[in-house]
Order: sequence, then C-alpha cells, then structure tokens
Amino acid sequence: MTKTITDVICPFCGTLCDDLEVVVSDDGKKLLEVYNSCVIGTEKFLHSQAKDRVTRPRMHQEDGSWKEISYDDAVEYTAQMLAKAKKPMMFGWSSTNCEAQSVGNEIAEISKACCDNTAATCHGTSLIAVQDIGLPSCTLGEVKNRADRIIFWGCNPAHAHPRHMSRYSIFPRGFFTGKGQMSRKLIVVDPRVTDTAKMADVHLQLEQGKDYELLDALRVAFKGEWLPDVVAGIPSEKIREAADMMKSGRFGIIFFGMGVTQSLGKNHNIDEAIAVTKDLNEYTKFSIMPMRGHYNVTGSGEVFAWQFGFPYSVDLTRGFARYNPGDTSVVDLLTRGELDAMFTIGSDPGAHFPISAVKHIASIPSVCVDPHLTPTSGVSKLHVPVAFNGVECGGNCYRMDNVPIDCRKVVEPPEGMLTDEQFLIKVRDRLKQLKGVA
Amino acid sequence: MANKISLNLISGRTIQQGVAIEGGKEKPLYRTAAGIIEMDHEDFKKLGAWKSTNVRVTSEFGSIIVKAVETSQGPHPGLGFIPMGPWANAIINPNTYSTGMPTFKGVPVTVEVAMNEPILLGIELVQKLCGVKTE
Repeated sequence: MTKTITDVICPFCGTLCDDLEVVVSDDGKKLLEVYNSCVIGTEKFLHSQAKDRVTRPRMHQEDGSWKEISYDDAVEYTAQMLAKAKKPMMFGWSSTNCEAQSVGNEIAEISKACCDNTAATCHGTSLIAVQDIGLPSCTLGEVKNRADRIIFWGCNPAHAHPRHMSRYSIFPRGFFTGKGQMSRKLIVVDPRVTDTAKMADVHLQLEQGKDYELLDALRVAFKGEWLPDVVAGIPSEKIREAADMMKSGRFGIIFFGMGVTQSLGKNHNIDEAIAVTKDLNEYTKFSIMPMRGHYNVTGSGEVFAWQFGFPYSVDLTRGFARYNPGDTSVVDLLTRGELDAMFTIGSDPGAHFPISAVKHIASIPSVCVDPHLTPTSGVSKLHVPVAFNGVECGGNCYRMDNVPIDCRKVVEPPEGMLTDEQFLIKVRDRLKQLKGVA
Repeated sequence: MANKISLNLISGRTIQQGVAIEGGKEKPLYRTAAGIIEMDHEDFKKLGAWKSTNVRVTSEFGSIIVKAVETSQGPHPGLGFIPMGPWANAIINPNTYSTGMPTFKGVPVTVEVAMNEPILLGIELVQKLCGVKTE
C-alpha cells in the first residue's frame, strides 16, 4: 500500500507552490511519485531517492581522494575552522529553512563572521533599490484575483518559475479576473524572444543592457511628452502602445528578474522600475515584485533583517552589524582575498559565482553543507551532506511576496542523516565551548 | 572556412538547466544543459560552423569550451546565451562596481570553432580551474 500526502510545498523556486501531491511507501521511507509540480520540482523530490546519494560527511585528502568521516568529526572541523578564522564567511541560506538560518546567525555572531545569502548574485541590487526608494508591492493572491496588466521585465518564468503563470499571473481565474488569460494583457521586456515573450500581447525586444533608458522612456510616454524615434532599439510608437496598455488597466504588476538586476546599471535599473510603478499609480493601481529564485531566499533576507537589521551582505567582524554592498558582499570579499574561511550552506557558489571568486574558496579552509554533489562541494575541504529541506524535514519558508509558508516533511531521510538545523546546533554548541561563551 | 565572431554574452536560467541541477551536477546531463552557447541562426552563418559544434568562447576574463547550439528563444542576432553555471561563470565579468553583484549579463566575447577540444563536466571544470587535486 502507498500513502498520498496532499498540500505539499515545493522547495525549488520562490513561487513555493503549495498544492503538490506526493506518493510515499506505507512505511514513509520511500518517495514514489510526485503530482502537480513542474518538471524541476519533480526532479528535486525524486533526486532525494537517488541510490548514489552521499549520506555521510567527507573530507578532501591531500591526494585528491575523499575520506568518509562521522558527523561528530565534521562538527569539530567546522567549529574549529570558525573559531580560528579572523574573517570567516557564512554564505548561502536560501535553500534551507528559517529555523536553520536563525541558528546560523547565532554562530555568525559568536565567530564574528561575515554573512551573506544568494541575493548577492540575484536580487541584491533590488534590495539596494528598495532601500533607496521603497517598494509598492502586493501578494501573489492579489495578482491572481485583481491584476489585468502583467509585465515581465528581464525575467523568463516559463523557464525559471514554471508554474508562476498558471497559479498566479496569467492563466488563473480570479475574483475580478474571471476570464483568466482573456482578462489580462501581458507585456514582456527581454532582449531574447523567450518562451514567455512568445505569449505576450506586446514584446519589447530591447537592446541588452538598455533597461534604464526604456524605463525612462516609459515615464515620458505616460506623460505624453516628446520621445526620440527609437529608444533602446524600440520604436517610440511601440513604447507609447505599451505605456497606454499599462495606464488603461485596473490593477497592474511589474515582475522583474535578473535581466535588470545583473545588467549594467544594476540597482539604478530597479530604482527606475519602481519609479515607473510610482508614476503609474497616478493613473491606476500598480505594484512591483522581484521574481525571487531560491525557494527561501526571501526568508533568509527576512531572518537577517530581524536579527541584524540588514537583508544581506552583513559584516559582524567588529562585533556589531555593518552593511555595505561592494565592501561587505561575498563576491567582493572573495575576489579581494579577504576571507580566511568559507562556510557554505543551501547554495552553490562554486557553480554560480565568477570563477575568480571560486578560486579563493578553493584556497582557504572551507565547509560545504549540501545534500547534493556540487562544484562547491568539489572545491571545499569538507562536504557535509544533509537531509533535503522541504522533502525530508519541514520548516518555515518565505514565498517571493513575503508570505511565510511552512514546508512539510514527506519522507524519512536516509538513516543517521542530520538536517541543516541539527548540524548547525551541534556546531553552535561546540563553538560556544571553544570560545568560552555561556 | 571557420571564422571568429564577436557576440554580447548573457547568462540565465533555462528549464533544462533547472532540471539538471536538481538531478545531479556531477552528471553529464548538467553539461548537456549548461555547457552550451545558444546562438542565432545568422551568427552560425557568420561563424561558418555547423550546429552542435564545440566552440571556444573567450572574454577579457577567461576562455571556455562549450557546444554551440541554435537558440530556441530567438531571433537574437549578436547575442550569445550560456545558461547559468560554471561554464558561463568562467568568462563573465566579475566586477560588481560596488554593488556586490557581478556583471553576469552584457560581456563582450569572441566565438571560434574548437571542434576537437573537449567540454568538461561541471564539477571537473571548476576543480580544474581552481587547481584542486582530484583522484
């Protein structure tokens, strides 16, 4: 006999779908089927059952081989590394739960570490812009029920957030959007004809990196003022068409992604996108929301902000929290070679940081806590596999619209494996002994 | 006659890359999904190369071998797309310009045919570039 667990949360992207159904064996030890999730979410659940999964910590040896060690030895190495380091980095946090993040922050305070999360290479520049200018936002429920103008700017949810459009933004029939897709107009801004752009009523295929110019041109078009014939590769008539479409809606939303945060201009692009939203509120109701990537990167920002006052790139080396992206941010600290220990959890900087930063991780004492084998685990001195959060243990997570949702445990982890939180608690307790903290 | 062409490089998510990272970054599927450069049909003509040819992509910051494939999300002449991952990150611009954010999008690169050079697996590539000893 099998059991079907309903209302399961998907721990992949910031959409945090909460309608999955998972079939497990009667004893709850094997995960057999996943329903309702996208292809990426399904893969995540099923990969937890992989037969070649690493289930015990491994230490990288001088000869290049890996030696299996106990969790206690892994705790000892990690605590010693953090106790000895003058400027350790505790990075990641976006693929684990808020409870583990909070224990991690205690460790960071004791070891006077720098702390950062994956926003550093994702929506960090959005956070800078929010601090500059504010963020008129809403929840995804409001989008589903009210929004009739959807703008995807520099994001491709058909690939990166596969169920976003069917659950919230394009297709669902909401309270005031009873005709689903027919109730909504879709504008996509992207230099490629993405699979999202192919569905758009208006696709503005701008020249890559000219987002600021185009956003500025839209603000001019709202006011009906003069525009050059072409801005950012887009004819002015098309810009005015898009501007009129935005103004004529009852409730609009701009979803923005890496196309704006990672292109030159960075936080200033977001400043301008938020200013566009502000301008549109002169004519109708408009909101703006970042398309957060990891399923709990938003939660990591929340926990950092509650505990340290800043959402990412926090430096505790002086015993109090400082925040100065560009100075205290992980990529800059690594490329400048300032760190003397690297603790990574719930993310993969080895695959997603510029190689010049990864080289520094490989040259210093390093621990990678991750259920998968990754480029980060491949260059770290110690790899600690843990239970899959959201599959083999529950915990609190935040959706991209800052709504907290509790992830659910659906299957038992392999025998003897620790969760992120259990491992961090052991490290914290040992670190307290080493540092003589009560 | 094969040539060298200049492109503007961006990186980003694809659904195939998403499936591959959850399925195991040590596996060849990750290389198939992210060890590629998506190019426009016109750019293939300029390069003088067949589709699915191994190419060397070089920027000011590094050089990498990937497979050139025709984009399914085009046309976008003059633009190259490498899915996010170690292959893209070997050549993107690491400068953050005091924002904390590297410049993952908008990197001038050149592309030339490198038919007989191998494309490394994801973990293998990062270990090699970092000089990490392996078995």
